[in-house]
Amino acid sequence: MLSCSGSRWAVVLLAAALLAACGCAKPAGQGGVTLRMWAMGREGEVVGELLTDFEREHPGVHVDVQQIPWSAAHEKLLTAHVGRSTPDVAQLGNSWIPEFAALNAVEPLDPFLAASNTTPKSGFFPGIWETNVVDSVTYGLPWYVDTRVLFYRKDLLKQAGYDAMPTTWAEWRRSMERIKAQVGPDRFAIFLPLNEWNPPFVLAASAGSNILSADGTRGAFQTPEFRKAFDFYLDLFSDRLAPPINDNGIANLYQEFERGYFSMYITGPWNIGEFRRRLAPESQDKWATAPMPGPDGAATGLSMAGGSSLVVFRGSKHKPESWLLLEYLARPQVQARFYRLTGDLPARQESWSDSALVADPAILAFGEQLRRVAPAPRVPEWEQITRKIIERVETVVLGGANRDSALAGLDRDANRILEKRHWLVERARTKGASR
Amino acid sequence: MMPSTRRQERAGWAFVTPGLILIGVFFALPVVVGLLLSFTDFDLYAIGDPSTVRFVALGNYVQVLKNPEFWHALRNTFFFVAVGGPLSVAASLGAAMLLNQPLVKARAVFRVVFFAPVVTTLVAVAIVWRYLYHPRYGLIDHVLGAIGVPPIDWLGDPHFAMGAIILLAVWKNFGYNMLIFIAGLQSIPEELYEAADLDGAGAWQRFVHVTLPGLGPTFLFVGIMTMIGNFQLFSEPYVMTQGGPLRSTTTVVLQMYEEGFRWWRIGTATSIAFVLFAIMLAGTLLQMRMQKEHES
Amino acid sequence: MKRLTPSLLLHILLLVLAVGTLAPLVWMLSASFMATGEANSIPPRWFPAHPTLDHYRVLFTRLDVTRYLWNSTAVALTTTFCSLLITSMAGYAFAKVRFRGRDRTFKLLLAALVVPSQVGMLPLFLLLQKLGMVNNLWGVVIPGVASIYGIFLIRQYALGVPDDLLDAARIDGAGEFEIFWTIVLPILKPILVTQALFTFLGSWNDFLWPLIVLSDDRRYTLPLALANLVGEHVQDTELMMAGAVITVLPVLLVFLVLQRFYIRGVLMGSLKG
Repeated sequence: MLSCSGSRWAVVLLAAALLAACGCAKPAGQGGVTLRMWAMGREGEVVGELLTDFEREHPGVHVDVQQIPWSAAHEKLLTAHVGRSTPDVAQLGNSWIPEFAALNAVEPLDPFLAASNTTPKSGFFPGIWETNVVDSVTYGLPWYVDTRVLFYRKDLLKQAGYDAMPTTWAEWRRSMERIKAQVGPDRFAIFLPLNEWNPPFVLAASAGSNILSADGTRGAFQTPEFRKAFDFYLDLFSDRLAPPINDNGIANLYQEFERGYFSMYITGPWNIGEFRRRLAPESQDKWATAPMPGPDGAATGLSMAGGSSLVVFRGSKHKPESWLLLEYLARPQVQARFYRLTGDLPARQESWSDSALVADPAILAFGEQLRRVAPAPRVPEWEQITRKIIERVETVVLGGANRDSALAGLDRDANRILEKRHWLVERARTKGASR
Repeated sequence: MMPSTRRQERAGWAFVTPGLILIGVFFALPVVVGLLLSFTDFDLYAIGDPSTVRFVALGNYVQVLKNPEFWHALRNTFFFVAVGGPLSVAASLGAAMLLNQPLVKARAVFRVVFFAPVVTTLVAVAIVWRYLYHPRYGLIDHVLGAIGVPPIDWLGDPHFAMGAIILLAVWKNFGYNMLIFIAGLQSIPEELYEAADLDGAGAWQRFVHVTLPGLGPTFLFVGIMTMIGNFQLFSEPYVMTQGGPLRSTTTVVLQMYEEGFRWWRIGTATSIAFVLFAIMLAGTLLQMRMQKEHES
Repeated sequence: MKRLTPSLLLHILLLVLAVGTLAPLVWMLSASFMATGEANSIPPRWFPAHPTLDHYRVLFTRLDVTRYLWNSTAVALTTTFCSLLITSMAGYAFAKVRFRGRDRTFKLLLAALVVPSQVGMLPLFLLLQKLGMVNNLWGVVIPGVASIYGIFLIRQYALGVPDDLLDAARIDGAGEFEIFWTIVLPILKPILVTQALFTFLGSWNDFLWPLIVLSDDRRYTLPLALANLVGEHVQDTELMMAGAVITVLPVLLVFLVLQRFYIRGVLMGSLKG
């Protein structure tokens, strides 16, 4: 019976529901500002520690960090932009900057930079700074740099007859074969998760491929350079030097490395900290890092000009405070501290003289590699193209597809994805030409 | 004497208008807009700068139908509908027939047990089953191993992944249709069974000649509802396999989600949705026609 | 095998089926109490060696599960309440109030049932964005309120309300709304409970739409939070199972208590077929 007591209950419940539905925000300081920040992966877990000092310096500003897994980050950021629910500040992989700039989603930072005397452009690695600039406008502030190098088992490599990591592809390949001969059919020489696009990209860059052509509007996957890298990469699987699995085909990466399930792994600086934390103390002197070998020697061993930047979204209602946060995180001491917490390499060159960095032998390989890096193609559709690369690789490694048809298919995929960009670029060109 | 009809007229419309407005604004309008968008190449560029939109008429539809990925997703979906559907219906019918036996004790308890998976949250159980399917640590391969079957990488092997999802879907939903079948079974007059008995029919013949025809309308209803639901398969592959491995569990709705909400190719995504709609409509009409023919 | 009477065989079959049906849920519960890493042992374990509440503790303290519970409850209750109001009015009117165009409109609504919900999802998202309802629990609630199926269900039941009762009240001079509120609603109570149950369960378990609408994790409903958790803690089996238990337990309990009404609803929906 929808009697009096029934409807009273209903009203109470509705009121409670309404309250919750309006979303109780965390109270900021007295009349203060709450900045919303999105950060991914390990950085997201750790950045909160750096922020207590920031909040102390700026009473009245509170920072609310939301952690997002990398696997969902791109999607969530785009959805938030379309839904006009972006945070104030976010960490953005620098290969995404062209995309978000094209969407008009992020705020140009040049006015803030001009007015700042603590954050000069010259303080950052030039190659990395460039990845944040689109059409002469700066959209992001580099937070940390990321490149990929080889992490490897010194002892197993030595057993295979090598005192140091080879610098040419041919020698590198031979060392992997020797390791495989030592460890047997159930273990492997190198772990290349099939759901990562960075290893094939790194190899392609080293082989001299541009991945895309015609101002980033067409696929260039059937060029001899890309083919060379593609073959080198796929042969590692077909010759059983690498296990044909994803990164979730292994229960625990660090355990397996320790057990010698694989001896080499192409990954980034955050794993320096992870290896130190998760491998047993007696295993700590068994691993080391080395720059990527190149097809024709060390100088041709390129890697990614990667990293993350910090951006301020155009939809933010607290842009000055957001900039303060960016500036804070770009300070040399804070960058050094961030390095200690995560192992992520500072984007600020000054921080590299920090004692922890200087003393760390694992960092040497990264420092050297950073002199030979190539950025991913700076097109908004890059993320979608990387998915296609991964899918096509899988069809060959797991599905037995033919390499020629996989590459032809990849070109078709890329052309289809880039069709709109192609049309826009053509349109801009003809407009310019008809002037 | 008819009470004031004008008052009823006004009241009637007043009563249905709030619902109609909500349905109109939040359902009908988006569907119409979706149809319009499917004739354009509305995408991320367009969200930032509307002047980049191009009208492409049926271009998206042509692209979708020419895209091998779409056909792959459609094949996956059809597999799920054509195998998972009948399997689910058979399981429900089997359970219903078991429960409908007069000898059964604690019928209500069994009914609740069989129905429980239906009300559970799909995401939660998909995660549970993801662990159950693990080739090393999962219980399913462990149990299979006890009867001598070698471990299968259910979610990692393209040949088994969709089967794994079908098993989950059958487990989750058989209780629902079981209830409907029980009601259907109970509506078959006892006299028909008695007459069959008198004619000397065995259990199987009774089933084929009395039960199955008697369940005709029930089959139609259950068949259509199951098919419609199965065509919209999304959450299980999203949570368990992300459409993999090798896109073997990518369904049409999952592909639509990817095109639309991951890459914001809205023109493409809405056209995929309408193609799906057309297919579902055709499937429904086909089932209804088959039933009519079967009955005559 | 002479002992194997038909009754025994039947009950054995039923028991096997019941065990198979419950096994995943039992394992889910059991694993949620296992120590970290225990669920990933070879051979797999059925029961924890030393049950622990650690994972629940972590969920409720560090991982903020209370907030997600609250969000799910708020959304489900609000949707249910608003939906009940709207669908009951519409369902009753389509059954018992005489107005022109009534049956044609109803048929149109039924036809709309054929259209799958995904067709309008993207434009709906863009529409909600214009209305400022994105990333907001109202954006999750409002589209779910006017359920055509709910209207159909209530109309079906309302057809059984005696016309003379209503006409007598009209002759007495009672207003239409008064008739609805004081006479009809009490009669409709059983189907209202059913409709409320359907709506509540549907809203609680909904995944795709909240996934699209909510980007701020503070507003997440339980299924979303759970899926998010998998992204980060996929190796933490026991923690994920505890999260699954928390998500599933409320709806299981609600169902157990009100199963009569739920089952009636399932059967009523199939009558037309």
